[in-house]
Amino acid sequence: MTAVTPFPADARPLLEVRQLSQTYNLRRQKLFASRPTLRVLDTIDLSVRPGEAVGLVGESGSGKTTLTRMLTGVEKPMSGNVLYDGLDVWTGGEAHRKLFRRSVQVVLQNPRSSLDPRMRVGTSLLEPLRSLKIEGDHAARVLEVLDQVGLQKSALERFPHEFSGGQLQRIAIARALMPGPKVLIADEPVSALDVSIQAQVLNLLKDLVRDLGLGLVFIAHDLSVVAYTTSKVYVMSSGKIVEVGKPLDLFRNPQAEATQALVGAVLSVEAGLAGNALA
Amino acid sequence: MTSRNAIEVRDLVVGNGDVTAVRGVSFTIPQGGRMGLVGESGSGKSMTALALMGLLPMGWSTHGSVLHDGVDLVTQSDKALSSRRGRTISMVFQDPLSSLNPVRRVGDQISWVIRKHMGVDKKTAEQQTIELITQMKLPRPEQLVRAYPHEISGGQRQRIMIAMALACYPQLIIADEPTTALDVTVQKQVLRLLNGAAHDRGSALLMITHDLPIIAAMCDTVAVMYAGRIVEMGPVAEVFRNPRHHYTRGLLDSQPTMDNIALDGTSRLVSIPGMVPPLHDLPTGCAFNPRCAVATDRCRAEMPELSGDTLKSACWHPVPNSSEVAAQ
Repeated sequence: MTAVTPFPADARPLLEVRQLSQTYNLRRQKLFASRPTLRVLDTIDLSVRPGEAVGLVGESGSGKTTLTRMLTGVEKPMSGNVLYDGLDVWTGGEAHRKLFRRSVQVVLQNPRSSLDPRMRVGTSLLEPLRSLKIEGDHAARVLEVLDQVGLQKSALERFPHEFSGGQLQRIAIARALMPGPKVLIADEPVSALDVSIQAQVLNLLKDLVRDLGLGLVFIAHDLSVVAYTTSKVYVMSSGKIVEVGKPLDLFRNPQAEATQALVGAVLSVEAGLAGNALA
Repeated sequence: MTSRNAIEVRDLVVGNGDVTAVRGVSFTIPQGGRMGLVGESGSGKSMTALALMGLLPMGWSTHGSVLHDGVDLVTQSDKALSSRRGRTISMVFQDPLSSLNPVRRVGDQISWVIRKHMGVDKKTAEQQTIELITQMKLPRPEQLVRAYPHEISGGQRQRIMIAMALACYPQLIIADEPTTALDVTVQKQVLRLLNGAAHDRGSALLMITHDLPIIAAMCDTVAVMYAGRIVEMGPVAEVFRNPRHHYTRGLLDSQPTMDNIALDGTSRLVSIPGMVPPLHDLPTGCAFNPRCAVATDRCRAEMPELSGDTLKSACWHPVPNSSEVAAQ
């Protein structure tokens, strides 16, 4: 597992959340009653180092997406800290926040809805540089990133509808790489893709972590996909991290109930052929 | 023969004039049999299902023959097909939220199917509905029948869909990606219910999915579709253990499993290069040839036909099977 990480394992975490909690107010049940609250994140600790891929798994409703919103600075936590490079992103000042916004980028589940259908791919790729006001040789940067994700130069002139799902996800990854991030957050990046294409995208993410020393937070519901891509997995259930460990250890010896449920849900071809998959 | 098979599809072609989504597909599912249909998006697997149900979108037409219950479904009128759907042949769709009627109570939707097809009175139909919901292991059936689709969870909705599909003891149930929209931990329960219920009623099952483990768990035979044709077909164990077609081999190899992860952290998945060709721009010869590692001039010129005994595959240079490898 450590072979994926050419960087020292004791390197300082790039992106870290400490004791993070978030509570939402719900609708009043009675006219004069106080509003009930829902604790969606409960004292979460999570960190990612350079060149490290960590996984985040859990059922829907476990708080994965809310945590992603915290990690990307979209939502402000009620309590606890989100630290980038050791400094809080909400109280660390304008310059640090700017650095944080360039350095943490996100890849979403469905590239068909996360890429603007009316924008040529080339324009879409330049968009993050424009909105983050990053100076430099943009044309050269585009070509460099295209090469990193394995796309042809001709892709720049075309529109999203001209591509297949797998290629679009490469474009979405390319767009996330444009500002030169240090951490990539991928929310279910392969679940909308065909089986034969999933492997291509997973391999690409793995290569990027190795070659660019990126930190990767990989969110998925499929344990086998997470285990293939990451070297450390956090299991979430009802807003809490219930178990952390190496993917194979979690697979072979799940401790928490939520982990056991996820492991039990994995279907494999071999178990199916043996006739005990649905037992 | 027809009376012994749940469905018999011969040379099915589905197209809309511009493109042909299904290009000559033949298969037979015996009474109570279970077949899996695997393929990626654009392979024509869903169009095959819709053609069998007579639910193709406007402008699409079907050629070939589909023998079911002693008649050829291709030549049937819309009215005749409509009286069959839900009675002798029924379908479970991928997304239950968009296939259930949002403004009617789920119980009414099930009992309506029963009243329409079984000719029973309202009270009997409602009783049967409650029985069905109980069989689907849903909690508090008496209250659940009064719920609207948005008030219940995705897993419950899909179980309502399955109950509806089973209501009239159909000869064939077509399930098109029935668990893709569900949470992983619910998937197994829903599959188990579908499996058991189809078995109890003696219904045949056509399971359409891109998920190979689901096929392995539920079906006896499997057909692998690529670009509108079946490229490999046979008993599940044989196809998954000893595939002869390079596409099937590639699909199996690109699945992350416990075994290939266990090797070490640097292991890489084998991926099939390239992408599924668009229907309007199919390569000549074998449609898989641009992505195939062993393609030759013959593969680029001539289209291979399905051949073989129990395991049929359409490939000029099939993957050597284990006994042949051992002989070398």
